[in-house]
Amino acid sequence: MDSELITVTIDGKEVKVIPGTTVLEAARTAGIHIPTLCHHDDLCSEALYQQTASTPHQGEHSHQHEESAMLSTPSSCRICLVEVEGLPKLHASCALPIHNAMTVRTTSTAIRHARRDILELMMSEHYGDCFACARNGTCELQKLCADYGVTSERFGRPHEPLFEKAEIGNIIVRDQNKCILCRRCVRMCALYQGVYALTTEGRGDHSRIATFMGKEMKDATCINCGQCINRCPTGALTERDDTDAVWHAIEDPDKMVVIQTAPAPRAAIGEMFGCEPGTPLTFQMNTALKRVGFDKVFDTNFSADLTILEEGSELISRLYKALVLKDNTAALPQFTSCSPGWIKFIEHFYPKYLPNLSSAKSPQQMMGAVLKTYFAEKNGWDPSKIVSVSLMPCTAKKFEAARPEMDASGYRDVDYALTTRELGRMFKQAGIELPKLDKTPFDDPFGTPTGSGVIFGATGGVMEAALRTVFEIVTGEKVESVFDHADIKPVRGFDGVRMAELTISKVGPVPEILSHLVPDFEWLKGATLRVGLAHGTVNAIRVMKDIEEGGPLSQCHFIEFMACPGGCLGGGGQPIPTDREIRAARAKAIYSEDATYVVRKSHENEDVLRIYREFFKEGPCSHKSHELLHTHYKERV
Amino acid sequence: MDPKAVHGFVGNKLSFSEVTPRDGIRMAAEMAPEDVVAIIGASGLRGRGGAGFPTGKKWEFARGQEGSPKYIICNADEGEPGTFKDRLILTDFPELVFAGMAIAGRAVGAEFGILYLRAEYGWLREHLDAALERCRVANTLGNNILGASDFSFDISIRMGSGAYVCGEETALLESLEGRRGDARNRIPFPVQAGYLGKPTVVNNVETLAWVPCIMVKGPSWFAAMGTRKAPGAWLFCVSGDCKRPGIYEYPFGTSLRQILSDVGAENAKAVQVGGASGTCVPPAQFDRTMTPGDLATGGSIIVFGPGQDMFAVAENFQHFFCDESCGQCIPCRLGNQRMLEAIGRMRKDGLTVDGERNVRQLAQTMTVASKCGLGQMSARAFLSILNNFSGELPGHV
Repeated sequence: MDSELITVTIDGKEVKVIPGTTVLEAARTAGIHIPTLCHHDDLCSEALYQQTASTPHQGEHSHQHEESAMLSTPSSCRICLVEVEGLPKLHASCALPIHNAMTVRTTSTAIRHARRDILELMMSEHYGDCFACARNGTCELQKLCADYGVTSERFGRPHEPLFEKAEIGNIIVRDQNKCILCRRCVRMCALYQGVYALTTEGRGDHSRIATFMGKEMKDATCINCGQCINRCPTGALTERDDTDAVWHAIEDPDKMVVIQTAPAPRAAIGEMFGCEPGTPLTFQMNTALKRVGFDKVFDTNFSADLTILEEGSELISRLYKALVLKDNTAALPQFTSCSPGWIKFIEHFYPKYLPNLSSAKSPQQMMGAVLKTYFAEKNGWDPSKIVSVSLMPCTAKKFEAARPEMDASGYRDVDYALTTRELGRMFKQAGIELPKLDKTPFDDPFGTPTGSGVIFGATGGVMEAALRTVFEIVTGEKVESVFDHADIKPVRGFDGVRMAELTISKVGPVPEILSHLVPDFEWLKGATLRVGLAHGTVNAIRVMKDIEEGGPLSQCHFIEFMACPGGCLGGGGQPIPTDREIRAARAKAIYSEDATYVVRKSHENEDVLRIYREFFKEGPCSHKSHELLHTHYKERV
Repeated sequence: MDPKAVHGFVGNKLSFSEVTPRDGIRMAAEMAPEDVVAIIGASGLRGRGGAGFPTGKKWEFARGQEGSPKYIICNADEGEPGTFKDRLILTDFPELVFAGMAIAGRAVGAEFGILYLRAEYGWLREHLDAALERCRVANTLGNNILGASDFSFDISIRMGSGAYVCGEETALLESLEGRRGDARNRIPFPVQAGYLGKPTVVNNVETLAWVPCIMVKGPSWFAAMGTRKAPGAWLFCVSGDCKRPGIYEYPFGTSLRQILSDVGAENAKAVQVGGASGTCVPPAQFDRTMTPGDLATGGSIIVFGPGQDMFAVAENFQHFFCDESCGQCIPCRLGNQRMLEAIGRMRKDGLTVDGERNVRQLAQTMTVASKCGLGQMSARAFLSILNNFSGELPGHV
């Protein structure tokens, strides 16, 4: 850093900072805690810069001016107030950049009084019982009220709700009685997701968070990603609670209740039980699920591998159609379709590109479809009595599970999609201390643990799994010949938009499983496979704009899109709080799990190969797999 | 609608009527920009929106900024209850205001000005557009103003949408950029990063109208009108329980008693100086003077006669702030609501020791913790009424 450092004194402690550093950041450097509410680490300028940072060769970092207002902190809660020597009044430390040497006090009678008044003011329009709130224990307002000894004496508390509880798309539940108007949801939705589903409406005592143009909640243009929930400091935003329905099914003796668990929740659920972020509890969770009463516990990694086979085959087939047969209906680049938030996003905002989406269902839906067909047949279970539950890091999975077309088997693929938070609550209700449990393997016939499935939980993971498989299928060589330990590092990391290339220097014979799709791979010899990645839908917008302008991403063959920042591990259904460090820790857990598994490539998953031998006998992208494992999309307004 | 039809009563001769705007522009055109800044600085002119920031200093900061282009914004969102002087100035002296903007542009290096006109003054739009056109024809606006090859400046008019808070300059900038009028963080200041993130001078209508007068008559003429500490004169809008409401020009240092005598309000029970954000002055303090260090004013003087219920007045002001808070920060949005409720309880049940302690603490928090001037000032009127008129509350002996 070539700019000169400035010395600030905070509570008597000297700290040197780069000009422009906020007092809040400087205090943290000095190890001094200043309480905050409208500030979120993901929404400070440094995080926002990182969020849209690209690979160096793209190097672009500019926000439209329209976003500039949202970029700066609203400094609206006024909790982080400090005293600055020589300046009258109190100042919000989150919005006070340091440009000259200054002396700051972060605690004094005036500051404590102001903070307590502000908290009491918030409580004066806060309606709801803390103990019955989904955020009890993780609520930032609750914690501060406890810290500052807030009572309801001075400004009173409402005795009845001031607002009706409203819902967005039936998935995201808003309770304005708990809203403190900090705008973290509004800024998250705009700055990370580019959706602008939420906005601030009205003035003075009529001010509130509303949907854009005041549409009814169910009609709002919302992708159900749940990122707003993860940033809400209180219980004003939560997901639809399906736990009662699942308990009910478990306790119904007539039902067989099975659950599939996605990779991302395993790396995070421990956080709800006091574990450090990045503590994987995969097999302890299996024990807990059995104890709670699930009849079978399956690994979504199986259907993740199945997805790779279907989606990878689709890619090869599209490339063949486009490059060899010159069939212009084969839209390239092919887009991944695992992230239901991304799906609804493209349906709303870029419907022109729906043909680019892989028609493969997501792993959740594939597993659901297989459970009520292949698994039911194999085990002599009546599919009408199977209740298919999924554990997902995701709120949008609830929407995906409920999409009307997801019932090709004659039954709903997935009956209930639970978030990590919901399952954590179920465990707590059952008195389970998760970290203390023994380990239990997944149930067969989908029990093979595979690294390729696990990494679906991180941004870049689907692409890495697909590349491992496509490379080996096409070249007949081990991917290790190009990438050490089969770790395809160029697609890993947290940069918002990434690109990578892989040259296919030699080709092998077409494996039997794909022989119905292409006659040979000669046409791929010497070709360079170009892939792209984006996470957080604001980055998806950047990719789509680049494609529309004919930029480098338009030259890609395959692009992975994840609606949530960090991919599924940063999903809207994951434990709260979240920030970059927490997401990085979860990613580390996911990649280290991948590294320990014997099977790390989807096409080597014996369970997957078996289902093609026994059930989808015509292979990937065949008639039967299309019926059960593929879907279609629709334009939304 | 003919703007003159709602013309207010003008109580004395205004300095503005003695100056030809063109002369001020000509002087600026013939001068180096830094000399223009120096003249305004030497006059001691302070902002007339209420905060009283030295205009010369603001221009000097803006002039020193590297960003480009720069903008001059005329804040014509006159919304402080009891003010109507900007309306009169825009009706009678629009060319003076435009000249002030052009001179400001010359001084700081801006070529584009925006007049932000409050929504309720929409009927002035046509009148102002016509005046702008006259200036362009006379080449006091446009390219190479009055033949100066390095002096170009033009102005467009933009309409507000009816929010009081948009008179606060950073909320005004948000509104100009097409967003809701929320106050911004004060660092960076508008002179550093204002309209569209560029260096921006926001000056009040009256401030800008004084600028060509100072150019023509000289800084010492202006300074001589007031006191040594507070040079210059000011337009006051007098309304309420008085015989001759209207607009009056007074030099700084004039006593409130003098003004009350001129407007026929000798029997006033209280005077609200500075609008809803101002303070309420009891008769014992009528000898106080109109000076920044004493009675600061945004130009509004509201007289309350003997029959007025002062806590009804306080409640009315508080209601205004509940409606007009931008709704962003907690001390202002919720503090004003709770304060309004407390005043209502006070009017009904009288004042308890606890109740008084609580409202004073709340007022303190609103003052020190609010994000912008609106919230920081919104408890002032009530506090001054509480301090001086608590005898009017029930149960008080």
